[in-house]
Amino acid sequence: MAHRDTMDAELGGDVVFAHTSQLDKIINLARANSLHYLLFGLACCGIELMQFGGPRADADRFGAVFRATPRQADFMIVAGTLTYKMAERLKLLYDQMAEPKYVISMGSCANCGGLFQLAYSVCKGVDKVVPVDVYVPGCPPRPEALTEGLLRLQDLIMRERWKDKRRPPRTAAGKA
Amino acid sequence: MNTIEIHQKLQEALGDAVGPLSEPKIDSFAVVKADRILEACAFLRGTPGLEMDFLQDLTAVDWPKRSVIEVVYHLYSFPHRHGIVLKVELDRANPVVATATTVWKGANWLEREVYDLFGVTFTGHPDLRRVMLPDDWVGHPLRKDYQEEGGFHGIPNLRENPLVELRRLDLVRIAEHLKANPPPPPPPPAEPKA
Repeated sequence: MAHRDTMDAELGGDVVFAHTSQLDKIINLARANSLHYLLFGLACCGIELMQFGGPRADADRFGAVFRATPRQADFMIVAGTLTYKMAERLKLLYDQMAEPKYVISMGSCANCGGLFQLAYSVCKGVDKVVPVDVYVPGCPPRPEALTEGLLRLQDLIMRERWKDKRRPPRTAAGKA
Repeated sequence: MNTIEIHQKLQEALGDAVGPLSEPKIDSFAVVKADRILEACAFLRGTPGLEMDFLQDLTAVDWPKRSVIEVVYHLYSFPHRHGIVLKVELDRANPVVATATTVWKGANWLEREVYDLFGVTFTGHPDLRRVMLPDDWVGHPLRKDYQEEGGFHGIPNLRENPLVELRRLDLVRIAEHLKANPPPPPPPPAEPKA
């Protein structure tokens, strides 16, 4: 049972590990099921983002509710074409969010620039500005696809441990 | 009143500052001399029977071979339901024209857009700033000879090919695997027979 990577040498052996792992599970259950997302609809993906929060797709059944302020948001859904002018504002809002924070990049434009990748004013992907956790492909993705992205994000949160909850700072390019 | 009649009235008022009317393909236009354009606009706006109270569009066209930037005015009259297109030809090296905001207030943002994307200076404009691009953007992107800069404020403007990137990640994974599980050393060479 004892494993070098999962055991905390400072705290003790297997007994403590067993307890903290259960605690981790409880803490993560609470965190993963009350994710508030920051609205960041930029283009037509924003319309699908609204449907994602609406009664049919209903993100609320997974505990995800929108917040219109970065201070109270757990993750950010960047939906739509990101221009360079907006990219600086995006970075500003991202920096205002409290740790731990996550980013879902929604749609082709947010993933890589998409249809407008060759335009002079369009940022070639959100991950050039902030680290991205989940990429949702599509142009635009259906609300179901975004729901899938949210479930993937919940999986990611469930795998985190309280001890190393603060992730090492990543570069904007997404590489450690 | 049709376009030909409007053009005739304009020529009577301004003389040879107004060029001939183009062929009526879609919107026939007349080229006006740059220093008289404001006069032409005020005439079309103020004369009873013409009353062009609506500036539908104000835009520009870049002609690098002729070394000219054309500013295009689409005018329309709601009471009379007629319209005309005026054009002004400006020097491409130093495009300057008087602002139309004194005639139509709606010209404000249209002229800012033309300034933003073509670099045309409108003298007398109340607030000539870029309207869409960031304030410290370099260059005017809709000019034909515009060269894109390498990114903006440290944000790169290149994106790696996903196929190349996936191949790179595969190589990284293989290298990590080899590092974790080093291959067994080669067997020692057989001793040569005496």
